[in-house]
This record gives sequence, C-alpha cells and structure tokens, in this order.
Amino acid sequence: MDALVTPTREKATADLARGWSDPVDVTIDRVSKTFGTTAALHETSLKIDGGELVALLGPSGSGKTTLLRILAGLEFPDTGRILFDEEDTSKLRVQDRNIGFVFQNYALFRHMTVLDNIAFGLSARPYARRPSRGAIRERAESLLDLVQLADLGRRYPNQLSGGQRQRVAFARALAIEPRVLLLDEPFGALDAKVRKELRRWLRDIHDETGHTTLFVTHDQEEAMELADRVVVMSQGRIEQVGTPDDIYDRPSSPFVFSFIGESSVVPVAVAAGRIYLGSEALNLPACSLPQGRGQLYFRPDDVDFLGVPDGTIHGTIMVIRRSGRARLAEVWLEGVARNIEIELPANSRHKLGDSISVLPRRWRFFPA
Amino acid sequence: MSLAVSTGGWRWKEPSVIPGFGLTLGFSLVYLGLIVLLPLAALVLSAASLGWGGFWSIVLEPRTLAALRLSFLTALFAASVNAVFGLIIAWAFVRYSFPGRRILDALVDLPFALPTAVAGIALTALYAPNGPIGSLLAPLGIKVAYTPIGIVIALIFVGLPFVVRTVQPVLEDFDRELEEAAATLGASRVRTIARVMLPALTPAILTGFTLALARAVGEYGSVIFIAGNIPYVSEIAPLLIVIRLEEFNYAGATGIGAAMLLISFSLLLFIHLIQLWQRRRLTHV
Repeated sequence: MDALVTPTREKATADLARGWSDPVDVTIDRVSKTFGTTAALHETSLKIDGGELVALLGPSGSGKTTLLRILAGLEFPDTGRILFDEEDTSKLRVQDRNIGFVFQNYALFRHMTVLDNIAFGLSARPYARRPSRGAIRERAESLLDLVQLADLGRRYPNQLSGGQRQRVAFARALAIEPRVLLLDEPFGALDAKVRKELRRWLRDIHDETGHTTLFVTHDQEEAMELADRVVVMSQGRIEQVGTPDDIYDRPSSPFVFSFIGESSVVPVAVAAGRIYLGSEALNLPACSLPQGRGQLYFRPDDVDFLGVPDGTIHGTIMVIRRSGRARLAEVWLEGVARNIEIELPANSRHKLGDSISVLPRRWRFFPA
Repeated sequence: MSLAVSTGGWRWKEPSVIPGFGLTLGFSLVYLGLIVLLPLAALVLSAASLGWGGFWSIVLEPRTLAALRLSFLTALFAASVNAVFGLIIAWAFVRYSFPGRRILDALVDLPFALPTAVAGIALTALYAPNGPIGSLLAPLGIKVAYTPIGIVIALIFVGLPFVVRTVQPVLEDFDRELEEAAATLGASRVRTIARVMLPALTPAILTGFTLALARAVGEYGSVIFIAGNIPYVSEIAPLLIVIRLEEFNYAGATGIGAAMLLISFSLLLFIHLIQLWQRRRLTHV
C-alpha cells in the first residue's frame, strides 16, 4: 500500500509529522437556535481568540451545550454564522469542519482497541488526504504517549478506568489535527480526585498543543480554575464574559452574583443618597445609585464585623454550620424578616443566639 | 470475580445475596429435561438401535442426502436474506417516522401468527405458473413454484420477523453519540455504519439469523405446498421423514431425524461460539 503513496498523501503524511497547527480564532456571530417552541439559544455573539481556553458555564438548560454542538456542526443554528478565522463554517457538514469533540460519556468505540480508536479519524479520511498507514500508527502512538497511556494501546475501552477513557477520547479528538477543540462536560462522569488531576493535566496539554478550546461545564470551580475566560450562560443567553477574576469579583448581574460563589442578598431601598434596609440607613456610600427598591448582593465572607448595630446589617445567629474550612452563620434579620448567611472568621467567638452586626466590604446593588 | 478466576477453581455457586439459586436451577434443569432433552433423547436412542451401519446407510442414501442438502442450503440462504433485509426494515422502523409505520410494524409479526399451511397455499397460488406473479415470471423462463426458489421464498416469509425483532431494540438503544463521534472525526455515513454501527449490531443480527435459520430448517407447512415435493429436486428433509413414516419405515424416519438433529446442533453450536468469541472481545474485563 505505502508504495502507492500519491503526492497529496505524502503531503498529508508530512503535515502530520510537522506538529500542531496554528490556533484558530472563533467568531460566533448572532447565532440562535429554537427547538420546537422553546428557544434553546437566544441571539448570541462571542469572539474567542486563537489558543484561548474558554469555559461555557451555566446550569442545565442554559444553552451552553447547544452552543457547543452548533460550533461542532452537530446542530445547525436558525440564524447567524460561525467563523473559524475568516472562514464561514456554518454551512459545512460536521465531517468537514475538522473539530475535535470530546463527548461527556466519551463515546469510545467498544469493539476497537484504544489505538484503533485514536487512529479512527485519520484512517477515515478520503484516500487522497489519508496519511500513510505507518504515519497514522506513529501518530496514534505518540498521542497515546501524550495522554500518558503508552502501554494501554492494545486494550479495549471496557478495560480502562473512567479517567483513562477520558484521556483516550481526548487523544482521539486530537488525532485529526482539529482546528478547534470542544469538550462537553469533560470531567462530569469522574470522581472528585480524578477530576482534579485531569483538570491540571488538561491545562498542561492545552498549553503544550495550543488549540483554541471550549469546554462546557456546570462546575464553577472547574471553570474558574481551568479557563482563561469564562462565559456564564443562563436561559439561552450569555450573562457575562470575563476572566475568572472578573466573574468572581465583578459579577455584572444578579444571576452571575448568585450562581458564582456564595452570595447573600438583602432587599433594600435607595432614597436620598442612602441605602435603607427596612428602616435602618446603612453606612454605605450610595451617591451614584438609582432611586428605588432593589437587592443588595455581597459575599458572605467579605464583610466587616462591627461593635454597634447602628447603620449595619444586624441580626441574631440562628444556626452555625461547618462547611469545609469555614464556619457559616445563618443570621435572622428581624427588620426585614429574612435569613442571610455570613461566614465567621476562624478566631471569632460568636455562638448561637448572639447578636451580630456586619457591613459588606464589597457589594453590588441591583435595582428590582 | 477476579478471585474466582485467580484460584482457577470452578465453584458450584458464586456467593450471592439473591436467593433462590437452588430452586431456579433445579426448575430450569427439570423443565429443560422434560421439554427438550427427553424427546431428543428418545430420538437419539431409537436412532442408536439402528447401529452405525444402519444409520449411515439411511443418511447416505442419495434421496436422503439430496433432501438434507436442500433443507439446509435453502434455510441458510433464506436466513441470510432475512438478515440483510430484516436489518434494513428494523433500521427504517427505528430511524424514520413515516405514516403507517405502526401498522407496518405490526405487520412484521404476521408470519408468526398465520398457520403455515395458509401461508404456503397463498404463496403457491401467487407463484404457480398460472398465478398472478408466476404467470408474469413464466415467460422469462423463471419458475418459482415447485422449485428450490419457491422453498426459499416460503422460508424467507416465515423467518422475516426474527431478525427485525432482535435488531430493533438494539438499534433503538444505540448511542447516538457514537455516530456523532464518528462524524466529528470526519467519517462518512457509509464508513460510520460499516465500522461503528454494524459491529455493535452484529450480535443481534447473528441471534436473529440463528432463530430464522432454526425456524427454516424445521419448517414444514408453508413449504410443502409451494415445493411440489419432487424427489431429488424440491423435496425437503422434514417431508421425507413424513413420507418414511407413511411407509411405516420408522427406522428410516428416525435416521433422517437424527441426522437433522446432528447438523442443526452443530450449526447452532458454531454460531453460538462465534457470538461467544465476539462477546469476549467486547466485554472482557
């Protein structure tokens, strides 16, 4: 067979040996998608730079998986375009998009060995663009090395652990020299410890291969730790796009504030440059806020404890819970008849039934 | 599990929290013994009374050989045809929705329910040289009724439901993500079906094939009308057994019966071994 290698096949073989291709910019341009009568994705635009590692984060039903599948060509958008660099790929079939897609349950081919699974994409190319058999094998083996499974090439997927299968799925997606890598809940089916290891491993591989990568997750810790930028989605819309620090420190909507990290919320009203919690005027600067009712959001661990209740959020500790390294107090606010959560400092002497007075250091007011 | 393997020993019973092992095994053995093994043993016993020489002289008789060959070849052929077209029908039912699908789906089982003689007579009426289809084929020089072709058609008819019904549920459960994965890797539709789907469906297709084959080998009612039963040409083995019985040649009938049993058992065992080997490859732990 290899004696018959045509010039284009020689090129394909040489390309394969050359290493990773240059990263591709991805532009999502006013894309929307409706299933039946429910809008899975409202009109959405997003630009992703070449080589970026981006997380699509949101609860289930937020449209993140739909967006990923549209990028892959597994769904076709009702409106809008997908650009890879300058090329409009919206009308391309999945097969021609050259996307590396890792499925949540890996979707490995059970009846093929690990090596054959990885080689599948290259062997499936039309003859003219197919690298030589030896080159395909070499590629599969070097990928197996990359994902640290060098000795398991002859095994079948059923003989591997979840984490190993995940890495095989990853190698299989990388084998076709994808322009973009898309991962659907890549660590969703793994236990916590393996998940942590693979997270670091994925970051390393990404830095080594430099693919533009998008992954879908509902796990905020995963998104924050792994991604260069996080896209928070809810109900078919993008709520906020930013670095993990932006998202955590400067949430731009009530949804992002409450979805990312812990948050406490109190109903307040702004009048005459003061913020009122019930009848208590809080000691917070409020000059630039719009008048009227709204919600005050802050992090339960980002508060100052004060000695006097005047001008603070104050109430009675009803419950104290241990959560990891923190102690969380549920505080009953008599004035507005509501519970909020406050994280107690490690050295605090607060106990059940104590009165407590706090003021948030950083906070945001969202008008109702 | 690995413990049982590593000790290399065979244990009567794996420890289990599910009760009733003794009861269910005992029941299964008694039931199989009474329903299956007892009649077969009787057949083997009475065949044994023929002695080796007597048995071989019956089996090697040219008319018997011709009948056995006809029976098994037509059955294999019909089962193969059913495997291919049964798969296509199952595919159409599972993958597409079209008006009348449910009615067609129900229609597939009809060959099960129909008395086989009725099917045979209907097919004969259609394919006889003066029947609606037979009269069309006759000018082309194709004779269906009273030839092995007729037998194959009758066997395809009675064996149709098996492959459809075994493949259908497996196809329904087939993970769409596997197809999508193949597509994202650039595989064409044809390649995806050949390399990803067919291997996964093969066990079910084989099972359906086996059932259709077993049914076809033993089929009598639907075949004898359309076959014409010409010795050496279109006389199937089950019919020859009946003929021997009518001649009060019980030894001859027994010999042919035992030969059929032997061949059928070897065929089924062979297919079973293929399946076992396949399953090993897929699920060995």
